[in-house]
Amino acid sequence: MRHIIAVLLENEAGALSRVAGLFSARGYNIESLTVAPTDDPTLSRMTLVTNGNEEIVEQIKKQLNKLIDTVKVFDLTEGPHIEREMMMIKVRAAGENREELKRLTDIFRAKIIDVTDTSYVVELTGASKKLDAFIDAVPAGLIVEVVRSGPTGIARGDKGLTL
Amino acid sequence: MDMNGVDLSGAEIVVQALIDEGVEYVFGYPGGAVLHMYDALFKQDQVKHILVRHEQAAAHAADGYARATGRCGVCLVTSGPGATNAVTGIATAYMDSIPMVCISGQVPTPVIGSDAFQEVDTVGITRPCVKHNFLVKDVRDLATTLRKAFYIAMTGRPGPVVVDIPKDVTDPNIKIPYHYPREIQMRSYQPIERGHLGQIKRAVELMLQAKRPVLYTGGGVVLGEAAAQLTELARLTGFPLTSTLMGLGAYPMTDPQFIGMLGMHGTYEANMAMHETDVLIAIGARFDDRVTGKIEHFCPHAKIVHVDVDPSSISKNVRVDVPIVGQVASVLTDMLGLWKEQAPTTTGRPVADWWAKIEEWRRVDCLHYDRHSDKIKPQFAVETLYQVTKGDLYLTSDVGQHQMFAAQFYPFDKPRRWINSGGLGTMGFGLPAAMGVQLAFPQAQVACISGEASILMCIQEMATCQQYKLPIKVVLLNNGYMGMVRQWQEFFYESRYSNSYVDALPDFVKLAESFGHVGMRVERPADLAAAMQEAFAMKDRFVFLDVVVDPTENVYPMIAAGKGQHEMHLPPSLSDRELA
Ligand SMILES: Cc1ncc(C[n+]2csc(CCOP(=O)(O)OP(=O)(O)O)c2C)c(N)n1
Ligand SMILES: [Mg+2]
Repeated sequence: MRHIIAVLLENEAGALSRVAGLFSARGYNIESLTVAPTDDPTLSRMTLVTNGNEEIVEQIKKQLNKLIDTVKVFDLTEGPHIEREMMMIKVRAAGENREELKRLTDIFRAKIIDVTDTSYVVELTGASKKLDAFIDAVPAGLIVEVVRSGPTGIARGDKGLTL
Repeated sequence: MDMNGVDLSGAEIVVQALIDEGVEYVFGYPGGAVLHMYDALFKQDQVKHILVRHEQAAAHAADGYARATGRCGVCLVTSGPGATNAVTGIATAYMDSIPMVCISGQVPTPVIGSDAFQEVDTVGITRPCVKHNFLVKDVRDLATTLRKAFYIAMTGRPGPVVVDIPKDVTDPNIKIPYHYPREIQMRSYQPIERGHLGQIKRAVELMLQAKRPVLYTGGGVVLGEAAAQLTELARLTGFPLTSTLMGLGAYPMTDPQFIGMLGMHGTYEANMAMHETDVLIAIGARFDDRVTGKIEHFCPHAKIVHVDVDPSSISKNVRVDVPIVGQVASVLTDMLGLWKEQAPTTTGRPVADWWAKIEEWRRVDCLHYDRHSDKIKPQFAVETLYQVTKGDLYLTSDVGQHQMFAAQFYPFDKPRRWINSGGLGTMGFGLPAAMGVQLAFPQAQVACISGEASILMCIQEMATCQQYKLPIKVVLLNNGYMGMVRQWQEFFYESRYSNSYVDALPDFVKLAESFGHVGMRVERPADLAAAMQEAFAMKDRFVFLDVVVDPTENVYPMIAAGKGQHEMHLPPSLSDRELA
C-alpha cells in the first residue's frame, strides 16, 4: 500500500542524507521526498511517499524514528488527511490546441501562468491522482515538460504534528 | 581540577572533555589534521594515549576495551586515510552495538569540499555504520557535541559515534571559555528505559502456561548489564536457556540449565529445542540470520516474547507476539516481580517432560570429536586452554573455525569475558581487541584465539604490545587454511579449495621474536598443556603460541545457509548412531 509519512527533523546539515541513505541502504522503496524548514527554523518537515506491505512500512517508520535527528514520525495514511502536490506543465499550445488546452485547464481548475504564441505553462495543485489525470487528459504529443513537487500532506482536524 | 570557565583552545577542549568523561585511554594514530590535539595530549597526563600501528586497530582496541569494561571506548585518527582505515573497526562496533567515540581530524573548514590533501567525507563514509556522527564546524559547539557523542554512544542501544573535527577548529591560538555540560537533553533522542508493564504481564502469562519454553538470550543482556536478572529468571522458572554467540557468558555456561549456543554452529539440543518450543522468550537478541536459519522453519510452534531496547529490532526478521521495548535489566526486574507474584512456589525444573526431551537430545553428544587423534584437534586445544586457564580468562577471537570452536568448547561463566566480532565477522579484530582488554585489566589473563589467516590482518599490533608491555597470549590454531572457507568449499563446492590455502606462511615463532616477544610452537597433543602452562606462567610477557592443528577438522553441528534449525549436519563420527 502507498503510505505518506511525515517526519519532523532537526534542521541539521546532513539530516536529509541520513534519510535518503537509510532508504537506499535498507532497500526501501521511495517514491518521492520533499523537505523544507517549518515555522520553527530549527525544524524541517519532510514528507515521503513509500510503497510496501505493512511489515515493511512498520520497519520504515521504526528506522526513521531511530535516526538521532528525527523528532517525530507520523503516518498520515493512518487517518483522515489532505494530500497536495503541485505541478507545472509546459504544453505546446498552437492553433486549435490552444482552445482545447484552455478548456482542460478550466475543467481541472488549473491556472495558466505563462503564455507564448506556441505554449502555455499550466500550474495545477491537488492530490497526486488529480495531477496524473491532467497529464492523461493532455492530447498526445503536446507535453513539453512536467515538473512535480512530490506530495506533501497534513492531517485533518485540530491536532498538529508539532513538538 | 574544574576547568569550567577557563579559556581553552579547541584542541584543549577535546582533551579536557575526555578527562571530564573519565576516559582512561585513547587509542590513536597521529597525522596532520590532528596534530593540535596530539600537542594538547602531550601536555597532560590524565588521559593516556596508546599508539597503535594501524587505525583499524585503534578502533578495535577501543572496542575491546568497551566490551570488557562496559565503558565507552575512544579512538583518535587523522583525516583521509586515518579515517578510512578506522572504518572497518567502526563498522565492527556498530554491528555489535558497542559504545565508542571516534574522533577524526578533518581538513580545515575553508578547504572542505576542495579535494584538499587527505580530505575525505568522513561523515558521509561512516554514516551507514555509526549510531550517529557529527562534523563540528565551530569551536563553540565542540564541548556540547562531544558530550552528546558520549551520551548517544552509551545510552539506549549503544553504538559508535564519530566526531569529525576540522583542523582550524582545534587551533591552539583561538581560545574560548570551556563549559562542559553535565546533562544533555535532546528532543530528538530519548532512549526508553522501562518496558510496558501490561506487555510484561502478558509475557509472564504466556510463560506460566508454557509447556516447552526456551529462553533465547543475546548480546543485549551483556550490554544491558542484565546477567544477574537473567540468572535469577532462569533459576526461578527452571526454563532451559540458549544463547547467541554474542550473549555467551551472560548466563554461566557450565550450568546444566544452559543448553549451548544456538544457530548455525549451535548445539543439537539448543536448535532442536528452538524448533519444538511453544513459548520462546527472546531477551536482548535480534533474530540474526545466523541464528534463525531459514525464517519459514524458525520456531514453527512458538508464541514469541521479545525484549529489546531497540524498537526497530522487534518484528524485523521474525514477527513476534509480545514485544517489550525497554532496557533488558529493567524489563527483567519487572518480569521477576510479576513472576514471583504469580508463581511464588515454582522451583527447580517444573517443565519436566520438556527437560526429559532435551536431555535425550543432549545425549546425541553433538560436539563429539576424536579425542585419540595423533594430531592436535582444535577442539582439544580449546579444552586445554580452558583447563590451563581454569576458566578465568578474557578471550578475544578472530573470525573463522577457531572462533566457533572457542564458542563451543570454552564455557564462560561471566559476561564480558568472550570478546568477538559477531555481527560483522571481522578478521583482524582479535589482537587489537585484546590490547584494549589487557589495558583495562592489567592483572587479568587475556588471550586471543586466532587463525593463521586472521592474525596476519593486524599482525603489526605486536609492536604496540611490545611498546606497552601487554602480556597477551596469542593462541593460534594453525590449520594452514582459511579453515571456515575451506569447510564451505568442502561442503558446497565439491572440495574445490579456491584460494583458501594460506601459502607462504611466516615462521610465527621468529616473527614474534622479531617484535621482542616469546614465540612457541606445539605440534603434538601431548605437549600442548605443558606449553600453555609455560606460556601463561610468563605473566609479564607477550607469548605467541603457534599450535599446529589438524587441517581437515570441520565445525559441527552445522546448519547450511537456507536450511531450517532442525536440519543440522552432525559430526561424521556420529553418523552411524541413531538420532532421537
Ligand atoms: C576481513 C575479512 N575478510 C574475509 C572474511 C571471510 N572469512 C571468514 S572466515 C575466513 C577464514 C579465516 O581463516 P583463519 O583465520 O585461518 O581461521 P580458521 O577458519 O582457519 O580457524 C575468511 C577468509 C572475513 N570474515 N573477514
Ligand atoms: Mg586457519
